[in-house]
Amino acid sequence: MLLQVKDLTVRYGGHLAVWEAGFTLGEGEVLGLVGESGAGKSTVGRALLRLVPEPGRIVSGAIAFKGRDLLGLPEAELRALRGAEIALIPQDPLAALNPAFRIGLQATDALAIHRGLSRREAAGVMARLLARMGIPDPEDTLRRYPHEISGGMRQRVLIAIAFSCGPSLLVADEPTTSLDVTTQAQILRLLDGLRSETGVATCFITHDLGIVAHLTHRVAILYAGCLVEQAPTETILAAPLHPYTRALVRSLPLEGIMPALREPPRACPFSDRCPERMAICDTAHPPLKSVGAGHQVACHLY
Amino acid sequence: MSVRYLLGRVGLALLSLWGVTVLAFVVLRVIPGDPALLMAPVGASQADIAEIRAQFGLSGPIWLQYVAWVWGTVRGRFGKSLWLQQDAIRVILERLPATLEVALAALVLAVAGGILLGVLSVLWRRTWFESATLGAGTLGLSIPNFIWGLLFIVFFGALLRWLPISGRIAPDFDIAPLTGFLLVDTLLRRDPGAFGSVFAHLILPAAALALPLLAVVFRAVRSDLLTAVQEEYIVMERMKGLGELRIIFWRALKNALIPTTTLVGVQFGFLIGGTVLIEAIFSWPGIGQLTLAAFQYRDFPLIQGIVVVYAVTVILANFLVDLAYAFLNPRVRYA
Amino acid sequence: MNPKLLGGVVIGLLLCLAAVLAPWLTPHDPNRQDLSAIRQPPVWMGGAWDHPLGTDSLGRDLLSRLLWSARVAVMVALGATVCAAVIGTPVGLVSGYFRGRLDTVLMRVVDVWMSIPAVLLAIALMAVLGVGLLKVILAIVLVDWTRFARVIRGEVLALREREFVEASRAIGLGPFRIMAEELLPNLVPLLIVLASLEMAIAVGVEALLSFVGLGVEAAVPSWGSMIAEGRGYLLVGWWGMTLPMLALVVTVVGFNLLGEGLRERLDPRLRTDAAR
Repeated sequence: MLLQVKDLTVRYGGHLAVWEAGFTLGEGEVLGLVGESGAGKSTVGRALLRLVPEPGRIVSGAIAFKGRDLLGLPEAELRALRGAEIALIPQDPLAALNPAFRIGLQATDALAIHRGLSRREAAGVMARLLARMGIPDPEDTLRRYPHEISGGMRQRVLIAIAFSCGPSLLVADEPTTSLDVTTQAQILRLLDGLRSETGVATCFITHDLGIVAHLTHRVAILYAGCLVEQAPTETILAAPLHPYTRALVRSLPLEGIMPALREPPRACPFSDRCPERMAICDTAHPPLKSVGAGHQVACHLY
Repeated sequence: MSVRYLLGRVGLALLSLWGVTVLAFVVLRVIPGDPALLMAPVGASQADIAEIRAQFGLSGPIWLQYVAWVWGTVRGRFGKSLWLQQDAIRVILERLPATLEVALAALVLAVAGGILLGVLSVLWRRTWFESATLGAGTLGLSIPNFIWGLLFIVFFGALLRWLPISGRIAPDFDIAPLTGFLLVDTLLRRDPGAFGSVFAHLILPAAALALPLLAVVFRAVRSDLLTAVQEEYIVMERMKGLGELRIIFWRALKNALIPTTTLVGVQFGFLIGGTVLIEAIFSWPGIGQLTLAAFQYRDFPLIQGIVVVYAVTVILANFLVDLAYAFLNPRVRYA
Repeated sequence: MNPKLLGGVVIGLLLCLAAVLAPWLTPHDPNRQDLSAIRQPPVWMGGAWDHPLGTDSLGRDLLSRLLWSARVAVMVALGATVCAAVIGTPVGLVSGYFRGRLDTVLMRVVDVWMSIPAVLLAIALMAVLGVGLLKVILAIVLVDWTRFARVIRGEVLALREREFVEASRAIGLGPFRIMAEELLPNLVPLLIVLASLEMAIAVGVEALLSFVGLGVEAAVPSWGSMIAEGRGYLLVGWWGMTLPMLALVVTVVGFNLLGEGLRERLDPRLRTDAAR
């Protein structure tokens, strides 16, 4: 197993963002992390690089990457992994590029640090990579500042950065949400092409089930910081079990809003909105149970 | 850098210069009513006053006086200093390097020290160092620089006797001026002893001048860095495997320096103004020290020259800051 | 109440008490000379209780002079700050609200004003106006109104885009009514913070002017002139210069603490450093 996440719990100051989430990822596998905004999916993604933004903190749990304990790793060894073995494609390409530096410098960092290339050599490698991604004049793009190129171009640059050192794990954090629809399709196609070509294991964070259906092998559903269901993509789409997943897959309307997580959870976080609420739902937190081949669900119904 | 930006800045600087001539004219010629009376020595006769009036173009309609005044200013002709009996602009320019030397030293100290403290206080967040620098920042900012100067004189000059507190160089050195900047002159003359003396004399006045600005720079860099390190692009720098030192000292700092630069521009006027008192306190032979004497002797030609030269210095400094701002901020450079 | 605010309030109250009660608190007339008791040290250095903080080189009681000086400090701080705010705030409001050409012109004037170093402008004004408490206040106001204008303008530029202002415009309120009824109340926190900081600056400038002999009348005790006098006999009696310096430092630090404490309490996002 490439990646094993166990009982991951993340707090932001006083409140809980993710509670005891656990999942695995095999070589070359694509896992969709799905949930509405605030469900904790981005936090889980960032935790895989130990980059939970302040004041967030990983409180407990374990992340094993290629058999190494990521959470116990010294900062220096962690840095050797970041950008080389584990890479991130962020959500907002404008915010993710430093406005005060040329793209060339920012795009060659990873190659310079991890591959020991000079900036000039790295720029050459990067230019070829950008050309393959359909950027017409890559040398010119590298000379520009982030505000001088379009959103789609910026996202291509960020994808190129992520792929530049040939990572074995990729975290794609809603990489297309901030783009317009046509660009979205192009970027997704590009991303999927690169992924299947390199065989990189991917954690794809999204709220879009259409993307999930096309790109992922397996799906994990997050609700209010808790993992509520996990299954192969076809299973989730064809036979969702958790009432929340069912509502999501069938686009059913839900009453109310997602609650903040209380600590430790003594009830099912979904119980307020659940159409099939039972007495036990308000008194006990449902554990994640295996219900079929690779299918787990956290619901008192099963 | 686009030509348009550059031209715009030059235009602004010229406009400011013109504005300064108006303001200086109003303060020095219009508010006092009759400057000739102010200039005249005690017990001067009507004829003496009339002569002063004629000599300094103080008769005729006010706008004509202004035109004559600007024309004189443009050519650097402020007249003969009443007190020193020499060409006023000559006296000022001779002493300008001394003032610029201490002001530039203070600027370098304030900017370098402020940036360093700001970066370190962010790098060592939540430690005693952060609290200490924050407290010191409030002190540095609150206390006017002439008080800093006096405190330094008491402690380092009078009590501890570590550093000289008067003049630019020990009297046993004789350095014929080349540039007027003694640090440079002593280097050019390859006289390390004199250089050391100049350096030692420079420390206290420059430090006193620098402290309030240093505190301002420190606080600006710190707060802008704290904003910057939360930005997604800094997370991305970390994601690529860059070390925290390199991120804060280089990548985040450049972003933080953009707003700080503007602040330094605004503050430079204060620093330059500070030289008036600091030079008087440290017997520093620049135009600051000259200023107080000029006011005491009601030496209007000299006063006018000083005000204009000070204002030109500030405007020039602001112009340079605008260029630095464009250099740091690519969005301005190509706008 | 945060520690900064607490410190600021305590120092401010003590200063006001000293200023108001100076005539009753002081053991001596601050200007009474006693040439038989010149440069007496403070009690803890072997001086007599008659002059708890010692005397200056004319035998005047230092404690009395320090307390009377607090009056000048308080009057200058309040007078200059209120007047500078009254001039600067409308300029900033109008400039920020109307924007456009008017804004450009007004801000150009402010920039030019600020390109003459404040200290120099204040000294020049005092030299042509002559010494005196009211003239000191006038000079400080003429130098410092720009501070208020600039900062208020920046805040108004941000405020005018907010919904409540848009709404007032939409229902047809005139610009001056919007400024007075919608914008001004929202500027109060900023004004309070700016005013506290301005008081510190005003006290500092007054001391500076009195230090060079261009401040209040010679007969009025002021920390600035006391520092200058004490400097003359520094090596014989360090307290003569140090004590008024200490009083001045505590006062300006106090006002700054007050300003920063108020900012933290009212609105930590306010950026007022640019106003210094």
